[in-house]
Amino acid sequence: MKKFLSVTAVLLASTSFAAAEGELQLYNWGNYTSPELLTKFEAETGIKVTVTDYDSNTSALAKVEAGGSGFDLVVPSANYIPIWIEKGLIVELDAAKLANKGNIAPEWVNVDWDMGRKFSVPWQWGSVGVAVNTSVYKGDINTSDVFLRVPEELKGKINVVPEMTDVLNMAIFNVGGEACTEDTEVLKKVRDLVLEAKKDWLSMDYGATEKLSNNDWAASVNWNGSTMRARLANPDVAFGYPKEGYPLFMDSIAILSDAKNVDNAYKFIDFIMIPENAAMISAFARYANGIAGSAEFMPEEMKTAPEVVAPAEHAAAGRFLPTCSQKSQECLTAIWTELQK
Amino acid sequence: MSSDAETKAEAARTRSAWLLSMPALVVLVFAASGPLLIVLTYSFLTPGQYGNVVWDFDLSGWIGILYTKDIFDGTWGLADAHLSIFWRSVKLSLLTTAITFVVGFPTAWFIATRPPAQRAFWLFLITIPFWTNLLIRTVAINEVIRNEGLLNTFLIWLGVISEPIRIIYTDTAVLIGMAYVYLPLMVLPLFAAIDRFDMRLLEAGYDLYASRWRVLRRVILPIVKPGIIAGSILVFVPSLGAYVTPRVLGGGKNMMIGNFIELQFGQGRNWPLGAALSMTLLVVVMVALLVYVRAANKESTPHG
Amino acid sequence: MADRSFEVARLPGFKFIAITAFVLLYLPIITLVVYSFNGGQSVAVWEGFSLDWYGKAWDNEAVKGATIRSLIIAASASAIATTVATMAALGTTRRKAFKGQTFIYVMINQPLMVPEIVTAVALLIFFASIKVATGYNGLIYLIIAHAAFCIPFAYLPIRARLEGMDLTLETAAADLYASHWRTFRRVTLPLMLPGIIAGAMLAFVISLDDVVITEFVKSGGQDTLPTYMLGQMRRAVTPEVNAISTVLLALTVVLLTAFFLLTRKKN
Repeated sequence: MKKFLSVTAVLLASTSFAAAEGELQLYNWGNYTSPELLTKFEAETGIKVTVTDYDSNTSALAKVEAGGSGFDLVVPSANYIPIWIEKGLIVELDAAKLANKGNIAPEWVNVDWDMGRKFSVPWQWGSVGVAVNTSVYKGDINTSDVFLRVPEELKGKINVVPEMTDVLNMAIFNVGGEACTEDTEVLKKVRDLVLEAKKDWLSMDYGATEKLSNNDWAASVNWNGSTMRARLANPDVAFGYPKEGYPLFMDSIAILSDAKNVDNAYKFIDFIMIPENAAMISAFARYANGIAGSAEFMPEEMKTAPEVVAPAEHAAAGRFLPTCSQKSQECLTAIWTELQK
Repeated sequence: MSSDAETKAEAARTRSAWLLSMPALVVLVFAASGPLLIVLTYSFLTPGQYGNVVWDFDLSGWIGILYTKDIFDGTWGLADAHLSIFWRSVKLSLLTTAITFVVGFPTAWFIATRPPAQRAFWLFLITIPFWTNLLIRTVAINEVIRNEGLLNTFLIWLGVISEPIRIIYTDTAVLIGMAYVYLPLMVLPLFAAIDRFDMRLLEAGYDLYASRWRVLRRVILPIVKPGIIAGSILVFVPSLGAYVTPRVLGGGKNMMIGNFIELQFGQGRNWPLGAALSMTLLVVVMVALLVYVRAANKESTPHG
Repeated sequence: MADRSFEVARLPGFKFIAITAFVLLYLPIITLVVYSFNGGQSVAVWEGFSLDWYGKAWDNEAVKGATIRSLIIAASASAIATTVATMAALGTTRRKAFKGQTFIYVMINQPLMVPEIVTAVALLIFFASIKVATGYNGLIYLIIAHAAFCIPFAYLPIRARLEGMDLTLETAAADLYASHWRTFRRVTLPLMLPGIIAGAMLAFVISLDDVVITEFVKSGGQDTLPTYMLGQMRRAVTPEVNAISTVLLALTVVLLTAFFLLTRKKN
């Protein structure tokens, strides 16, 4: 009995090492953090970073809002950052602790969702479009019709990632509306369109990089970087920029208000603002980053890849999504819930 | 011994029984039954905008199980999508129970009719998959039925088909997965019942010139009925609440109740609905268990 | 006579179905194990025998952390569950029916009856509020959650063992003026031991295998082996998952064999 008690005591004590020195809990998108970066960070600072994955802005928000998540850093998308700020879930950054703050590329400093970068620092940015295995479908892939009015060859073979704002806004663009519209006529059209299209979708799941590579999926709504990685594994995969309009996204890293390892978090953020390190992040996930001077450290194939450098004829159709108004958000959520069932 | 001392001894025994059970009860109330009450409470609250709840009384969680408000004209209507999820869950669970029974009964019979020395070995063989991690078994099935998996590769190699048959991400995939995962749960109780079955009854049946089929129907099945009921319940209940198997094999599209509940705590952001659905699932399961207990008790009463 | 009963017990087609069932049961598992030794990247194309994936899994920090965590949780939960289950078993078996007995049975067996997703959701809500209130985020929540659902699994073998035990030895000890505690320590406990060990092992395996409840209750950086695999399966389905599965499988087989041998010793 005594032995049992002492063993339990030791175990309980060991479980409270959660807030010990040299630890950092990063909550990030799946397949978005370079393992080399983390090794380099640990080598330089002795801090061990543990990454937990999430696959959508909404589930990340839901998990953190539930409370007691234990994370220190999170990397939400631009249109969600104002929500995180409003809910008090992320803290205003202390500029004194971020020596490299000047490295943020000038065009990314005063952004609509975080003027002057008070709460967040750019991680990576890119576009959302469609990835298609061109050996299965040889038609025009630069249109959102690929997943909204599914062509014969792709019926039952195309996946749609469950990222609400990106997918629904592309649908809104497809019927000619404005992003985050409150126009009920437009929204009704969108709802009917997606519910009808869903019948031709294979699944609503994540993991496009792998599933496009090994032909589990013939096409998917996908992010450009992930598509580039799929193309490197499976040359038939190509990225399409929907001409009706496609979302640009930027994910930025922020510190959670209930973070336990705050100092380590600042060290990490400062670390990624060094151009070489930012380039490391980009090299892994294949997205552009927002740090000036990182271009010279990027891998060759990224400088000319069609997924990273949007061809001139498609670049104009890309736009950043604003944060939707309460009413618009509710409508989109309602449509999305309908869709998910 | 006077009856007074007897009752005192009785009371002391009851007290010691309760004292000894107390630690187990404490752990269970704290981490199993107690939280269920919280779920019940949450089902009557208002959903927060991004998840969690607002402490205002609201029946929308319960109403939301069957009805939804049309987002544009505000009319209440029957939630078809919800109903299809419920129907899919019930349908797949019943089918799983049926399939595991059809496959499991001969298997249990086979094990029970092996020579006693061999029997332990066969039992051991059926127990290993049972105790193997659910996730591992689901992954294993995935590797067999996916487009480039074992089954399709084999069929293409045989020349039977030229394009892979897409089984993954369909209801069939979920069904195959669940039947595979829950088969041992059907076999074990059936085995236990058949093991107690007196084989001499079979001799008697054949002596009376009954065919094998007749003997099966009229003699064996009625007697092993408690085992059939136990196995059916052991398969039906977990299948109804299945979460991992439909998630991995259904591709996010073919949701069952378990996944639907999870959705409410994630992207669905409607905790009260999730809570109400959980309570409903619990009630359905309790009812099924009650049916089992009644049926089992009926069987144990001797007939003349 | 023995021959005759087997002839009598033969039902047409049953043996075929049974053997097929066994084959189908093991085929996916064997495929899984075989492909863990696959030299190639894909889970479908065989590219030669190799232990690469085991090496990769071994080197993977996340895997190591998850494994250690799984083992810690399983050991702790199993210890707690077995201890309280032993006490409960002693309290509820081998005596005449007492007041509230059914209630205790229902409570103890309740984890077996309530669907896991419901418990997972309940614990998510309950523990989240405690975590926010206390600011404490350790593994203890997972351990307690696991201990709770392991209790019935520990309880049943212990109870079975207790019921099958011969009371005469304990009566003999009492006749020899041994105190209750002494009788318990020197006679009852050793006799119960196979049942207790069996219960502990069952609880250990059950805890090791849990996916749903752990997935909901865990906080950042608290992945166990199954939840790590669940996360991996949503993206890179490499043979690394197979390698981890095979190791887990081997562990389960070892534990089960021991369990079987232990419970057969009761002659």
